[in-house]
Amino acid sequence: MERFTVVTGVAAPLIEDDVNTDQIAPLSAGHRVHPDYAAMFFARRRAGAGIDADPDFFLSKPRFSKPSILAAGANFGCGSSRESAVWCIQAAGIRCVVARGFADIFRENCLQNGLLPVVLAAGEAEAFEALVIAADGGAPFTVDLAARKITAPGGREFVFDISPADAKRLLEGLDDIGLTLTHNSDIAAFEQKMAAERPWSQRADISAVKD
Amino acid sequence: MSVTHFDMSATLFDKIWDAHVAARRIDGRDLVYIDRHVLHELHAPHAFGKLQKAGRAVRRPDLTFSAIDHTPSTKPGRDEHTNPEGLPLIEAMRAGSLRNAIRVFDLKDPEHGISHVVAPEIGMVLPGATHAVPDSHACTVGGLGALAFGCGTSELEHILATQVIAMHRPKRMRIRLDGSLGPHVRAKDVALAVIAHIGSAGGRGFAIEFSGAVARALPVEGRLTLCNLTIEMGSRTGLIAADDTVFQWLHGRPWAPAGARWARALAYWKTLPSGEGAVFDSDINLDCGALQPQITWGTDPGQAIAISGRVPDPADAEAHRRPLLEKALVYMGLTPGMAIEGLRVDRVFIGSCTNARLSDLEEAAAILRGRRIAPGMQALVSPGSAKVRRDAEALGLDKVFSDAGFIWGESACSMCAGANGDKGERGERILSTTNRNFENRQGPGARTHLVGPALAAAAAVTGEITDVRKLLGGAR
Repeated sequence: MERFTVVTGVAAPLIEDDVNTDQIAPLSAGHRVHPDYAAMFFARRRAGAGIDADPDFFLSKPRFSKPSILAAGANFGCGSSRESAVWCIQAAGIRCVVARGFADIFRENCLQNGLLPVVLAAGEAEAFEALVIAADGGAPFTVDLAARKITAPGGREFVFDISPADAKRLLEGLDDIGLTLTHNSDIAAFEQKMAAERPWSQRADISAVKD
Repeated sequence: MSVTHFDMSATLFDKIWDAHVAARRIDGRDLVYIDRHVLHELHAPHAFGKLQKAGRAVRRPDLTFSAIDHTPSTKPGRDEHTNPEGLPLIEAMRAGSLRNAIRVFDLKDPEHGISHVVAPEIGMVLPGATHAVPDSHACTVGGLGALAFGCGTSELEHILATQVIAMHRPKRMRIRLDGSLGPHVRAKDVALAVIAHIGSAGGRGFAIEFSGAVARALPVEGRLTLCNLTIEMGSRTGLIAADDTVFQWLHGRPWAPAGARWARALAYWKTLPSGEGAVFDSDINLDCGALQPQITWGTDPGQAIAISGRVPDPADAEAHRRPLLEKALVYMGLTPGMAIEGLRVDRVFIGSCTNARLSDLEEAAAILRGRRIAPGMQALVSPGSAKVRRDAEALGLDKVFSDAGFIWGESACSMCAGANGDKGERGERILSTTNRNFENRQGPGARTHLVGPALAAAAAVTGEITDVRKLLGGAR
């Protein structure tokens, strides 16, 4: 997983509530074993998508063709658990999503892939969104995870909160499975205990086992 | 065997969680052991590839199962070639499963079907057990009193390698459903009413327990439907305490414990319900006594109204919500204040992990018996599993559906996920027993109204959105 330290770049506005993962990563657009995630990203909405194309959508404008930060509304990433939504966002070059709120599974998928999910305090979020809209794909924003801070063009700073564990995981690009595997013996001990206490939990076809 | 005792302060959720924590990880996450892990072909091939690349093995292939439910065609007599787009995923799923010694519930398997339908019906998932699927509707099996988590592909890979999921304990929400349901009001209507009440992000960060007289009175299949829609409430998991209704339903299922083990499991399961003094972080009460059949009007599952209701006016909503509501009205081709009843319907779909169990098909068939679908109506029913299909055929329901003009399809996620070739056309109005009415979900430009099987069947017959109570009462 790529480490997240400091990211500087264009911030794109998608200030809408309830943007779901069907929109971000339409299934029909990438229905294969190795999809083109960049092409899948909002495939139905971006310019060139045909009748559903939205000319006001940020991806339809050339100045937002390489965004680093996405400013989004409430409940971002709701719906399907598909992790391809995160991979699409990353394929577009975005490293950080600043939203009013994230759906639970989507936020976890972000952390798994080094995509930084940021929620600003209520009053701050409005000011941040206004600056993203005002910048309009021009002057860059900088996200500094270690300092827990976003700096807008003109120097205004937005401080955000993230748990030390989540921040560490992103800063160091930790291997999540590797971290859990250090508890291998705990897991093995748990399995042994369960085989004795709740044997049906350790055998899927328990009905086939003679008493 | 550990001492069983009734803890009066712990919730059902906490008891199951605590009983599955294998360790606390250095970053503060609990490593929650997953008793049954079910994969599907859209996401597992990617994880198999990453696992192989990392040189990691599947820790418990005997507790892991592969479903093939998202991409197969529902065409009668289908095979893996009928939907050519799905074939590479199905083949990758078979190869990865074979390499890792994981059983596949393949297309010709008598236990094939949508994983959230199959897992309960064969007794794979049990009360008090943990379950994970890389699909947000994993929460369905909460209806059996199991704790289930939908997960992403990285988490799926993590569970394959370790058999645990690393999570922070969510907060607890109790939704008490009081009263008793009127005629033709079922679990789907209750669920849509709850989503409308708390909002599609209302349950975010919580594990939801449904309780109260309505939850207690629901048959098991209704409980599965209600819990299935927990993710549409914003919550990753929801459950209902297992009781005699569940125990009777489960006893004798192919994989359920039997004999002395059943007695021992039963004694354990009976210790799990939330105690009288259990404390929840959020408590919500909803009286369902006056609840009518529900239907969504918009593009968010929380945009549900009673069948006798009118399409809302964005002007009545909070200012920041108005643009979304206006967009939904345009997409759905509706105007504020219009009655939802009477709108012309082009297509009806009965299926999905939400409403494709035998009782759902029976409910629809009772309305369709002796009736025909309206001229021009496209109507498809996709039973939730091969077993549901067989059981329905044994009752003659296939003939009821076919005689009425429905296509009697095979089992798959079908029109719900739109990944297998089944879809609606642009501008079509669809009544669907599924779980998401998002824009383009059932085909680009297709207009989806979520309903239960009764309203779906009624609309198929009349060709318009119809209050099933009037249709059957002869008041039309």
